[in-house]
Amino acid sequence: MEGFTPWAALAGGALIGLAALLLLLCNGRIAGISGILGGSLEPKRGDLLWRVLFFFGLLTGGLVTLWWLPGALDIRVDVSTPAVILAGLLVGLGTRIGSGCTSGHGVCGVGRLAPRSIVESAVFVAAAMLTVYVVRHLLGGI
Amino acid sequence: MLALVGSFCSGLLFAIGLGIAGMTLPQKVLAFLDVAGDWDPSLALVMISSAGVYFVLHRLVLRRGRPLAGAKFALPTRRDIDAPLVMGAAMFGIGWGLVGLCPGPAVAALASLHEDALVFFVSMIAGMYAYGTLHVIGSRDPDGGASALDLLLSKR
Repeated sequence: MEGFTPWAALAGGALIGLAALLLLLCNGRIAGISGILGGSLEPKRGDLLWRVLFFFGLLTGGLVTLWWLPGALDIRVDVSTPAVILAGLLVGLGTRIGSGCTSGHGVCGVGRLAPRSIVESAVFVAAAMLTVYVVRHLLGGI
Repeated sequence: MLALVGSFCSGLLFAIGLGIAGMTLPQKVLAFLDVAGDWDPSLALVMISSAGVYFVLHRLVLRRGRPLAGAKFALPTRRDIDAPLVMGAAMFGIGWGLVGLCPGPAVAALASLHEDALVFFVSMIAGMYAYGTLHVIGSRDPDGGASALDLLLSKR
């Protein structure tokens, strides 16, 4: 457990919760990133601009992180490019079919004690743990 | 105007929170998911902290009756556990476990210009777009009622 960073995890998590609350307070919306992105691909009148601004907020936050905490964007990916493409497709399709991801279900939905979100979060964490086990310990990388 | 500023600031703080927590690093996310390896429980604390803050404070926000901008809160009301929910979650989990990126960090990670982060983002958008296209093609209801995709998944 040498990589364990409890205080940074708690502080960053609290800021994520506050960010999601800000969207609820201002717009009355759930801060679900897959829903916000996916909805902008099927735009309805008057429902696009806030989604685009949220996206640019995330992107700007990424740039702030790069400048302030460069180590937090020192990304390492060990799997092959075809596996990255497959993973992206599964995440995009799966979050839309399951109507949410780690933010909308994991933070807002679990925070509201919504039964669909609790089930969804348990299933995606279990599926991800199983996938890592198969890839790392049974296949030895893909 | 407030709705738009609020959206931008929410996205901004969200990504900075991910960065502080280390969740923009796919290798740190995978270290949590790898329970049989050198386990890093950080992500569990991020989930507890973020959902906990939301749990306590969202009641205060909802007590206002309406958001600062807009007529009403747009909250999901469904409570049924159906096949698309579980199958979508499983697909998402497999993709998440392969690389260690989920949608929020995938956007924030674009700032790194890391090649795999860019490839992942484009693939993710393609997956979302594919869902939207299947939905529109399969649905007689322009507002996204049951589509061929839903029928296939839920066998209704």
